[in-house]
Amino acid sequence: MEGILLFAMEHGSLSDLSASTFSLMDEDHTLANSVRFTLNQENMDSSVVGCMGCALRHNFYAYDMWTVRPRVVFCGYSIPHPSDNKVNIRVQTTGTISSSLSDPAKDVLKDALENLTQMCQLVRSTFGKTVDDFKVKNQ
Amino acid sequence: MSKKVSALDMPDVPMGQLPEHLNRQRTRVTCNADAPIHTDAVHYSGAYSLMGVDNSMGLEKFSKNFKVEIVRLSEDEIEFDMIGIDASLANAFRRILIAEIPTMAIEKVLMVNNTSLIADEVLSHRLGLIPLDADPRLFEYLSENDVPNERNTIVYKLEVSCKKDSPRNTVKTSQLKWLPNGSELEMATLDKSAKVKSYTSFSCSQDSLPEISKKPLGVKHDDIIIAKLGPGQAIELEAHAVKGIGKVHAKWSPVASAWYRMLPEVVLLTEVKGQDAEKLVNKCPVNVFDIEDLGHGDKKAVVANPRACTLCRECIRGVNEELVELGRVKHHFIFTIESTGALSPEELFIEAVKILEEKCDRLLSELS
Repeated sequence: MEGILLFAMEHGSLSDLSASTFSLMDEDHTLANSVRFTLNQENMDSSVVGCMGCALRHNFYAYDMWTVRPRVVFCGYSIPHPSDNKVNIRVQTTGTISSSLSDPAKDVLKDALENLTQMCQLVRSTFGKTVDDFKVKNQ
Repeated sequence: MSKKVSALDMPDVPMGQLPEHLNRQRTRVTCNADAPIHTDAVHYSGAYSLMGVDNSMGLEKFSKNFKVEIVRLSEDEIEFDMIGIDASLANAFRRILIAEIPTMAIEKVLMVNNTSLIADEVLSHRLGLIPLDADPRLFEYLSENDVPNERNTIVYKLEVSCKKDSPRNTVKTSQLKWLPNGSELEMATLDKSAKVKSYTSFSCSQDSLPEISKKPLGVKHDDIIIAKLGPGQAIELEAHAVKGIGKVHAKWSPVASAWYRMLPEVVLLTEVKGQDAEKLVNKCPVNVFDIEDLGHGDKKAVVANPRACTLCRECIRGVNEELVELGRVKHHFIFTIESTGALSPEELFIEAVKILEEKCDRLLSELS
């Protein structure tokens, strides 16, 4: 059994880390829908891609087909019962052929959260700057 | 856009670009006469991978495309445009603005005397809904086991009466007095020799605290009617205000309301001239269309003010009405925030974004 954390629990297979369900307490559509959006946007680092059949990583600049390398196969959230303050977020990742190179779902979720945090910081700074400019212009 | 073209006849689109009709589906909601279509946002980064188009919104792309434009800013209200953001984030900010930004509101009411016609609980409920002019960031939450002190409670007193043989008088919020030294009522104890304790333990007066002394903690609006007293009736009570969020009770919501709508887009499909132009302009109740004189008495209809469109669909109703196509731009939101007064509307939005960041950080630290 995974360690019991206060606000979040991960349910999944111990051998295959690429797919799991995260059960969050005290959350609702506000965070879950935003995280679902950033999870859908997750792409692999464009320069390095795992090669089929071997454990080495090659540069694939020449391979046009692979300009888009999404990391996520499935992501979604559900609220088991509206009276309970719980959200289940399901993440299934791509990863490569051999499972030892696949992205664990936890890492993809963490990257998505980091992305969301950075987006929010950008929104905040742009908004703050625009308000200040507006106030100066309309003294 | 309404003509159907065979897939084999479509012009070649270079690899890496979306053809026009797909791009329109991706960026616009088309509002037909019966129902809107293409309302889902296409989020998945690999949605157009077969065409070689990357649908992901990386941070660089986001920072390049994201813009904020302020239309109106006053003490109570702000209207601004957010361009380049997705509906899920805009909705998250709206939900946080309504339910999760903390405010101060009256929670406990200690009734000493109430001979008015308004029942105790009704009066207390009304007191709770009064917007207070207190910055919630200067206060801490008060939980069950905490002692009420100057850092988490604001105390108000209401002492009014109506003399016999005088006309009915109205109790307004201007008569709520702030007590910076804490509660004046004494707790009843059986032990007569023990020191008298009051309901709050203020270690110092609240107006000696530097942040609070700049502006006294009163109510935001002086003219809200709390109750009415007839001759011989009196109200004497003490009200304690604490910090809370709108999720628990709507009295703690800092906004009168906060809402957004998507930018409307109105496109004339054909040239509308003469009498038809006049008819079209008259149909719209919010004056989206206007007449442009072409000279020689020739008139043509133009889209003058698409932003005002309320989607009443009057211009596309009726038979043979294929003159106009209504739509909504998907990543352009017109936000309006009306504050009740504790925080200014631009501060409210910044607090909302901060709270979403805190949620992410909390989850990140749990997962690591």
